[in-house]
Amino acid sequence: MKKIKKIKIKINSKLLMINDDLSLSNFLKQLKIPLKKVAIELNQEIIDKNKLNKIKLKKNDRIEVVHFIGGG
Amino acid sequence: MDKLTVDKKKFNSRLIVGTGKYKNMQECAKAIKLSGAEIVTVAVRRVNISDKKKPLLMDFIDPKKITYLPNTAGCFNSEEALRTLRLAREIGGWKLVKLEVLGDKKNLFPDMIETLKSTEVLTKEGFKVMVYCNDDPLMAKRLENVGASAIMPLAAPIGSGLGIQNTTNIKIIRIQTKLPLIIDAGLGQASDATIAMELGCDGVLVNTAIAKAKKPFQMALAFKNSVIAGRQSYLAGRIEKSLYGSASSPKKGII
Repeated sequence: MKKIKKIKIKINSKLLMINDDLSLSNFLKQLKIPLKKVAIELNQEIIDKNKLNKIKLKKNDRIEVVHFIGGG
Repeated sequence: MDKLTVDKKKFNSRLIVGTGKYKNMQECAKAIKLSGAEIVTVAVRRVNISDKKKPLLMDFIDPKKITYLPNTAGCFNSEEALRTLRLAREIGGWKLVKLEVLGDKKNLFPDMIETLKSTEVLTKEGFKVMVYCNDDPLMAKRLENVGASAIMPLAAPIGSGLGIQNTTNIKIIRIQTKLPLIIDAGLGQASDATIAMELGCDGVLVNTAIAKAKKPFQMALAFKNSVIAGRQSYLAGRIEKSLYGSASSPKKGII
């Protein structure tokens, strides 16, 4: 069986090892992130949520996922 | 009907409520309901990746019923503020935003240079920017000149509860601007909101005074009523002040 290569990425400053063929869309789905309620940055660039499945994650990618919380 | 108009949108309530500092989201949602507020400020923060069961604000306060006003609270320069609001827009198309660029961690006063710069950039990007600012008429004018959608001078430092410190400047800003003028930050009790409304402000934004009151629900209701009272009083037009008395009962027929 072919061994799947793992890559290192960071999401909200947390280090994770993931399969290297993963799309950003599938990765966020695996994390059960409610896409309608968040915004996503990849390497400090805001990502159009309609294009998530076209983006393949690469080694050392930095993802930020934000949402609204209580604030003044 | 006398309504608050911001960026051509009309609101029945002139009270805007912050959603921070509550014990939990249930308490926050109930206080908002009691306050009658139709606009609430919200902050943009990282999703908790490790605890996905943590409740989401949107599950408690429906953005289809209540207007979310994304805020840049906690940003200390233009770059951070712009990033935050661009992300907020991406969450669900929010264009009406509150800009708050702080300059000092202790007094939380706004950095007006960074605020002015950010207002200009955001306006060009199509944002409708409600701007937290000093109670400085000159700066308020400059914000208006670069396209601000609302002027939001502080009453006093954020969360201080001191009430309006400079009524003269607020009056001057009221006279010079046709933009919505909303007192933001520093109110401590319901009567502070009445004073703001009696000065001719279009609305007030309150967070700590409700969330940290001994009884937040009662205070939410008190603020609702005080804003209505203040607005009515302003529209009714107060009497002239006089040094001397003027009897209320007629002299004719005195026995």
